[in-house]
Amino acid sequence: MLRTLFAKPRLRGGVHAEERKSATESSPVITSFPLPKKLYIPLQQHVGKPAEPMIKVGDTVLKGQLLAYSQGMISAPVHAPSSGLIIDVNDYPAPHPSALPIRTIVLETDGKDEWINIVQVDDPFALAPEEISFRVGAAGIVGLGGATFPTAVKLNMGRENQVQTLIINGAECEPYLTCDDRLMQERAAAIIDGVRIMLHGMGTASAVVAVEDNKSHAYSAMYTAALPYPQIEVIQIPTRYPMGWDRQLIRYVTGKEIPVGARSSELGVTIHNVGTAYAVHKAIRYGQPLVNRIVTVSGGAVALPMNVEVPLGTIINELFSFCQVNMDKTARIIMGGPMMGDPLPHSALPVVKGTSGVLALTKDELRDKQEQPCIRCASCITVCPAGLRPLDMANNIRINQLDTAVDLGLKDCISCGCCSYICPSNIPLVQYFKYATGEVMARQQAQHKSEQTKKLIETRNARIDKIARLQAEEERERLAAKAERERRLAAEAAEAEQEVS
Amino acid sequence: MIIYAKATTKLRSGAHIGTKTSVSSIMGKVMLAIAPATVFGLYCFGWSAIFLFIVTLVSALFFEACCLKLAGRPIKATLFDGSALLTAWLLAMTLPPFAPWWVGVVGSGFAIILGKQVYGGLGQNLFNPAMLARVALLISFPIELTTWANVSPLFFPSSPDIMESWRITFSSIVPDGMTGATTLGFIKTEFSQNRLLPDILKEYSSISNFFGWTRGSLGETSTLLLAGGGVWLMQQKIITWHIPVALLATVFLLSSGFHLADSGHYVSPFLHLNSGAMFLVAFFIATDYVTSPNTPTGQLVFGVGCGLLIFVIRTWGAYPEGAAFAVLLMNAATPLIDYYIKPRIYGRDRHGKPLEISK
Repeated sequence: MLRTLFAKPRLRGGVHAEERKSATESSPVITSFPLPKKLYIPLQQHVGKPAEPMIKVGDTVLKGQLLAYSQGMISAPVHAPSSGLIIDVNDYPAPHPSALPIRTIVLETDGKDEWINIVQVDDPFALAPEEISFRVGAAGIVGLGGATFPTAVKLNMGRENQVQTLIINGAECEPYLTCDDRLMQERAAAIIDGVRIMLHGMGTASAVVAVEDNKSHAYSAMYTAALPYPQIEVIQIPTRYPMGWDRQLIRYVTGKEIPVGARSSELGVTIHNVGTAYAVHKAIRYGQPLVNRIVTVSGGAVALPMNVEVPLGTIINELFSFCQVNMDKTARIIMGGPMMGDPLPHSALPVVKGTSGVLALTKDELRDKQEQPCIRCASCITVCPAGLRPLDMANNIRINQLDTAVDLGLKDCISCGCCSYICPSNIPLVQYFKYATGEVMARQQAQHKSEQTKKLIETRNARIDKIARLQAEEERERLAAKAERERRLAAEAAEAEQEVS
Repeated sequence: MIIYAKATTKLRSGAHIGTKTSVSSIMGKVMLAIAPATVFGLYCFGWSAIFLFIVTLVSALFFEACCLKLAGRPIKATLFDGSALLTAWLLAMTLPPFAPWWVGVVGSGFAIILGKQVYGGLGQNLFNPAMLARVALLISFPIELTTWANVSPLFFPSSPDIMESWRITFSSIVPDGMTGATTLGFIKTEFSQNRLLPDILKEYSSISNFFGWTRGSLGETSTLLLAGGGVWLMQQKIITWHIPVALLATVFLLSSGFHLADSGHYVSPFLHLNSGAMFLVAFFIATDYVTSPNTPTGQLVFGVGCGLLIFVIRTWGAYPEGAAFAVLLMNAATPLIDYYIKPRIYGRDRHGKPLEISK
């Protein structure tokens, strides 16, 4: 009993935000979204290097055809979400708060939505494990929970580290979002099949599917689907944001805490999202690459909130028209959930692989009040799942003491937003931390640059000195040789003179 | 033409949503929690107490407004965030009910100007402003601050009427026989006459002290109502149990030990808890966010420190009550406590080094 009392807590910090999931959690995923006329497919929809295009403007492509191949160790390819004509490969605004241009392929759809010749596999378990991760990589699958880390890389790491436990993240702890919930309710068998394929691909014995206890329908669907497979356990976990943070979930399920700088696979655990497992099922069983996804469209300004399956590259604005978003009431557009999601400047941006939801929030839903002084209530410390002291970090950032902020653990911040959420003084703490992180990086880069420049100048000076020294030496040698020659000539002349006289 | 939805608010990082709790709502809840004890105190000590209470609160708002104006800050938004009002309210609760009006004004001035605004305003002060003012007043005006009114409830025939009360507060004319000593003060003076506790406490009633029917500061007397308010604050999650429980338990354990060893010279734990500013301090003063540590363990240390100092000052110090001094001393230790006691960062050990990898 004493041991349980003094054991490390399995859950630390976190908040229970108002869920606001009811608008979308009980109606089926809409699959009848009209095919957009144009799709804007960014070449960077994942963590790592952008994909390299292998088509050119004017090419006709089929659905599922490879458009751009993966570059380097950590990267993912991009496929055509529908059939049609490539009309542009150029820079277009990225679905990011900055909306800065990013290389994008523009596909004009022909309305036929015709698949490329795809290879179905009847028995994926007959494939070699390496073949599984190869196919997953070739299908362009990345972590669909929002992290967008290439899944094949994770599968390989899991296999190389002989991971014992695969955790499937069905927490979906962000408010509003229900795309994973609906996926689990409607396509549980496919997800479980994907989990089995992943287990095979990593050579891992068992999997734990973790579902937050506010999704009882999803839990029972998954539980039933997993019944025939004793190696897959489906469990309920407490509803508490950020339960879906991989490290929090790993600690809750296995009791293991991942050291800073280490990967979970080094401790024998790998974690994947339910959406990723579903994509793996589609890719291996049916040979279909990742070309569409389920997106939650919700928020106070949405007349018809829903989960809708759309091709990647669909412009958010078309989603908004489909769901009848009231543009005038929209105060903020968010890609992702309201805790960690990115605010977008406008809706003319495409849906990408990591887009779990698009929210159109009204002013009433947002908390956008005047910032007030910190009263040191310490609620930010209580809720921080990473064990940081946000108030001290923010105070140091405010007076530009960024090094102190780094010492306090700035780099261990996961931007989960719990501190900003709870702060009674409306202090945008995460904004401070993101600013500071960017600033620290910029300073490091500037320092690195000046060091490099200094080094270059030094080597140049050294080179010039060396050349000058060599030249001087040469000159000296030449002069010495000349003097010697002259001396010898003179001596010879003198000798000759002597002989003559 | 396609109409695009545009964000009309600043593109700020998450969380985009938040709780409804605000600084003013927290202050409001604390005021609500001390309201019953205050109302009871005002009733017990009559019009003079009411006058003093009003003067203290109004002058605090005045000083706050002046400071904000001088600092060039928005007056309207900050003045009514509740913080100045709460500071003055807590100060008023620790003043003797028949203290003259200027005690309230000087106290408020001290608390707001020197206790809070010179540090940079809300959230910046090192010491609890109300306690700082209370101690400054006690040292500067010892007579006014130790003249304790008898219980003289409103509308009682024996109590001073409104005109008499006006003269008490504004002309410092206190009628004879209306004042006396508090229990703790009485014990201290009687100890100096070499009397022993059982003899001293012949007339002491723990019941009336528990309900608050006794001499004392304006709002400190009712243990019951203060404890009720404190528990409600905990239930509302405005404060946590750490500081109050650590403080009260420390005083209880220490006084129990000494009392069991020598009950003639050491006051019983129940009398300790039941008198002076104990519950007010434990629930409402020591728990002040700004001046207390911000981790649970730090708060436990802080509470134990407060309890220890209160007991030491009460038992061996020159003053019968040491709560204000104890809180100020521990306030000074708060930055140190926060420096040494901090949460462990995920994936790191207590010293900030990454954990070892163990399969």
